[in-house]
Amino acid sequence: MVQTPTRPPQQSREPYDVVIVGSGAGGGMAAYELTKAGARVALLEAGGHWDNTSSQYSAMLKMPYDSPRRGASTPDRPFGEWDANIGGWQIPGEPYTKAEGTKFDWWRARMLGGRTNHWGRISLRFGPDDFRRKSLDGMGDDWPITYDDLKPWYDEVDRLIGIFGSVEGLPNEPDGIFHAPPAPRYYERRVKEACDRMQITCIPARLSIITKPHNGRAPCHYCGQCNRGCMTNSNFSSPNVLIFPALRTGRLTLVTNAMAREVSTGEDGRATGVHYIDKTTGEDKHIRGKIVVLAASALETSRILMNSKSSRHPQGLANASGVLGKYITDTTGTDVAGFIPSLVDVPRHNADGVGGNHIMMPWWLDNKKLDFPRGYHIEVWGGLGMPTYGFMGGIERYPEGGGYGTDLKQQYRKYWGATVGFSGRGEMIPNDKSFCELDPTVTDKWGIPVLRFHWEWRDTEYLQVKHMQETFRAIIAEMGGEVWSNMPTREQGYGIANGGAIIHELGGARMGASERDSALNSNCQAWDCENLFVADGAPFVSQADKNPTWTIMALSMRTSAYITQQRRAGRL
Amino acid sequence: MSEMNRRDMLASIAAGAAALSIPREGLEAAAAHAHEAVAAEEQAQQQGQQPAAYVPKQFTADEYRLVRLLVDYVIPRDARSGSATQAGVPQFMDFILGEYPGNRTWMKDGIAWVNAECRRRFGQGFISCNDAQRRELLDAIAYPRRAREQDRPVVEFFNRFRNLTSSGFWTSRMGIADLGYIGNRPVMEWVGTPPNVLAWLERSKPS
Repeated sequence: MVQTPTRPPQQSREPYDVVIVGSGAGGGMAAYELTKAGARVALLEAGGHWDNTSSQYSAMLKMPYDSPRRGASTPDRPFGEWDANIGGWQIPGEPYTKAEGTKFDWWRARMLGGRTNHWGRISLRFGPDDFRRKSLDGMGDDWPITYDDLKPWYDEVDRLIGIFGSVEGLPNEPDGIFHAPPAPRYYERRVKEACDRMQITCIPARLSIITKPHNGRAPCHYCGQCNRGCMTNSNFSSPNVLIFPALRTGRLTLVTNAMAREVSTGEDGRATGVHYIDKTTGEDKHIRGKIVVLAASALETSRILMNSKSSRHPQGLANASGVLGKYITDTTGTDVAGFIPSLVDVPRHNADGVGGNHIMMPWWLDNKKLDFPRGYHIEVWGGLGMPTYGFMGGIERYPEGGGYGTDLKQQYRKYWGATVGFSGRGEMIPNDKSFCELDPTVTDKWGIPVLRFHWEWRDTEYLQVKHMQETFRAIIAEMGGEVWSNMPTREQGYGIANGGAIIHELGGARMGASERDSALNSNCQAWDCENLFVADGAPFVSQADKNPTWTIMALSMRTSAYITQQRRAGRL
Repeated sequence: MSEMNRRDMLASIAAGAAALSIPREGLEAAAAHAHEAVAAEEQAQQQGQQPAAYVPKQFTADEYRLVRLLVDYVIPRDARSGSATQAGVPQFMDFILGEYPGNRTWMKDGIAWVNAECRRRFGQGFISCNDAQRRELLDAIAYPRRAREQDRPVVEFFNRFRNLTSSGFWTSRMGIADLGYIGNRPVMEWVGTPPNVLAWLERSKPS
């Protein structure tokens, strides 16, 4: 266990070189890189301390009968009592509002390391096409940077953190520097057989889990419990891999339970630090910094910027163009599960593996031949994992259609492990009906104005999700299986998940080539405040059909290098 | 697994992992040993327990009597493992109703319906009915695909009741042992699909 006493911020009058808000993927990376480069950094986190390597926090290797809940959720752990994430869709005293007719769910983590403690660890690079979609099909916008600009940083992230995968040479799925991927599980082999016959690309998954010793960290021991907090530090979480090493430089001050309210600015319009609420006392405090980096999560960062109003910045910071809160996106998603008769009575064996898929299907088709413009990737689930609360819920869906008694007992035994499910994860195109703004009347318990969301899916998303549904049903049929749900109708949005539900929110303070239509320049530096940077999902110009974390970290590393270069040149 | 033993197991894994020097065979043996020690310890504890002495917090005494009967109709004892009551399912249900109050209404309404239907059919509540009468009722409500339209609400109740019973049973020590879950342990070399399972996959391929 790392001894990390959380010190109060220094009382001296000397400002920190950098104040970072948020300790997740982006903030953790900035703290790591900047302290390594010699900066004195303060890191504000709205939640409490967390250390996956301690059994005080991690529930790794607990069995279901170790708890009367058997793994069911608790109010601050909606994904289950052992999920290493304190937070949720609704946090007491921290509301958000929605415009009439809007469906939107906002997940917020409140803990050191944020969502990186429990995320799925699917670690995909955006591809060359993902940075220039407007040039390719006229929709959305191009990034002000290209894949080639980001490639060296992706490489560095791979080397620092470690990731498994396979070199495939696919045009828009760039290969990384990979550890060997784990062999597929039994049901994943059956899925791959079907995909091969259907000509759906099916390759080893790419997850930030190490399969050999890496930078002093032990390889994965395949308990399948990544989301409970890895005690052997074999997967990526921000505290384990970034924050604790940054603390060991002696140049990082961690301030937990610090709810950032706004960035303070001086008369010259430059950032001077951050106002925050000390949640333990309720006091309003201020911490001074020569540079401020916001990495509070795409939407929380947008909110902080909107709340940072001054005479020099009447619309908030990084908002001279008026784009703040606009162009927000989330990954599209829908799921289909089915029963596979050829997997009944699977011989018992350890199928835990890593905490996630061992295979994946990246986008394999040409949108020019389809009625929707952007792609999706597919994730697969099933297997013989640890039974927990809700185990095989819905036995009435299987061939016998329910029952009771010794026959029912037999059903559970033979059908366990014979279910396979598919989740589609696709690209949404930003639209002008999906944005957030400050609610004119509602504040949180500290009196800070909250976000109000507006959200609209379009045919570009609906038709893509329809294709997901049809494809998953076809794969299950190809496997000789039976789908449990009816094909959702157009009225049901083809089963599309609510905005926010996939927890990949991006945008709100997007980067761009011109200060007229973006909040940040290509170094994630505010156009209207040169010592203010953003290092989370807010700068993203597009969603891509890929999970955003690896790109958040590559960008944060690149931004940190730019900050260091500017500091050394005496410009910041 | 008790916290104490889990801690020892974790400590050995963490120490081995940190040093990267302990052969991982040693880790696995340590883990298995911890598992066995904990299992023995808990079994000893369980044998000392008197489940009948449990006083429910959410169910009335009458409701609890019915629950104890009904869960064993859902999951009875058979050659491979014990029954739902032997696995502590009624206590589990009582806890869940306390922890997740949203379950109280459907549970209590469902129990009331079962009793009312038994009175209508047989002139007495579920507890007083004989085995054949109880099974007649269950046959009417346990198979959603062939249930009568007017029984829909109670079919829904029984689906939920069966799910909750199964959740409690298959996550108990007894249920996990019955299922043959092999996992939750450090693995040195991940093979994915062992040879016997590969052969089985080949044999069971859909034609």
